[in-house]
Amino acid sequence: MLEMLARFGRTGLGAFERLGRGHLLFLQILSGITSLLPRPGLLVAQIHSIGVRTVTIIVVSGLFVGMVLGLQGYYVLSQFAAEQSLGVMVAASLVRELGPVVTALLFAGRAGSALTAEIGLMKATEQLSGLEMMAVDPVHRILTPRFYAGFISMPILALLFSAMGVIGGYFVSVGLLGVDEGAFWSQMQNKIEWSGDVLNGIIKSLVFGVICTWIALFQGYDTVPTSAGVSSSTTRTVVHSALAVLVLDFVLTALMFGD
Amino acid sequence: MTTRQLEITVGAFMAAGLVALFFLAMQVSNLASMTTSNGYEVTARFNNIGGLKVRSPVSMAGVRIGRVVGISYDQKSYEALVTMLIDPTYDKIPADSIAKIYTSGLLGEQYVGLDPGGSLENLKQGSDIQITQSALVLEEIIGQFLFSKAEENAKAADSAP
Repeated sequence: MLEMLARFGRTGLGAFERLGRGHLLFLQILSGITSLLPRPGLLVAQIHSIGVRTVTIIVVSGLFVGMVLGLQGYYVLSQFAAEQSLGVMVAASLVRELGPVVTALLFAGRAGSALTAEIGLMKATEQLSGLEMMAVDPVHRILTPRFYAGFISMPILALLFSAMGVIGGYFVSVGLLGVDEGAFWSQMQNKIEWSGDVLNGIIKSLVFGVICTWIALFQGYDTVPTSAGVSSSTTRTVVHSALAVLVLDFVLTALMFGD
Repeated sequence: MTTRQLEITVGAFMAAGLVALFFLAMQVSNLASMTTSNGYEVTARFNNIGGLKVRSPVSMAGVRIGRVVGISYDQKSYEALVTMLIDPTYDKIPADSIAKIYTSGLLGEQYVGLDPGGSLENLKQGSDIQITQSALVLEEIIGQFLFSKAEENAKAADSAP
């Protein structure tokens, strides 16, 4: 009985300790901006490997998500003879929710797991300790550029996703289902607000960018330096990121759109 | 991959992000059609504004000429005070125009429609529209209908014997 209680306490303490380490690492990463600014080349290289190489999956999934939204929305809306609102439905769901959320989930799977594996392996092969031996702060040199690259890439990716989704929805509804083109765009422009919808979507994706990259970097940096440790850290990155994104999305939506 | 190629792809990536942002701003959202707050404000008092909201359109002969920028409740006259911002290009609206609240379609959103009057003076900044007609509230119409039905029945019952 006491043993069980002790184990429970140990788990709780361990969780809080990890949380604390995570926040300390976060502050350390943020403060690394001073050493990053004189060397923008590091940031460019990381934006390439985190952002640019995620574009393909984002663009293709955005296009298809928009097309599916168009198809499914048409079946419901045509029952009420409200096909003209299809544009509003596609654009609102993409810009407000699906754009930031699906992008963050794909980002966690494509870029976050790669980040964790890369840093975990650096730790396992003692490259991080090597840097420290050379009096180079591994957090500032390795983690900070990756963090800011993720922070910059995520909103761009989410915007690409939303834009491609709207174009996909346009193809399906106007090209395939014969919704009137003028009504499709004009209803959309009437209902979608710049500050209320588009800007809030960007804010969401910024938050998700911070969370996903932070989780990925922390899992990599905090990994048990063995093959099994790196593998379980990579899994945890994807799971934790997905959970954090979905829960935070609910909180942010309640704050932004619940009036 | 050389540094130059790297920089080019990252530049293209960021440019694509800007293009997407521009597309969302201009084609998808209402930023392009959002009138900046120039124009002149007129007010109108209604007994009941129904479901009218801030940003609802103000139209004349079906053409959108402005939008509602403020709705408040006047505690002295027990009426709703609606402030409308009219586009400066439409500066020849007679001062005795009638403001009515219409519903677009059966279940659509509500908007303010202006019917032109005959006055030679025009509406200008700060003027108040005197003649207004409130929104049709569905419950009231149904209530009136039931009431008149009941009256008819009562008359029929009186004259029957």
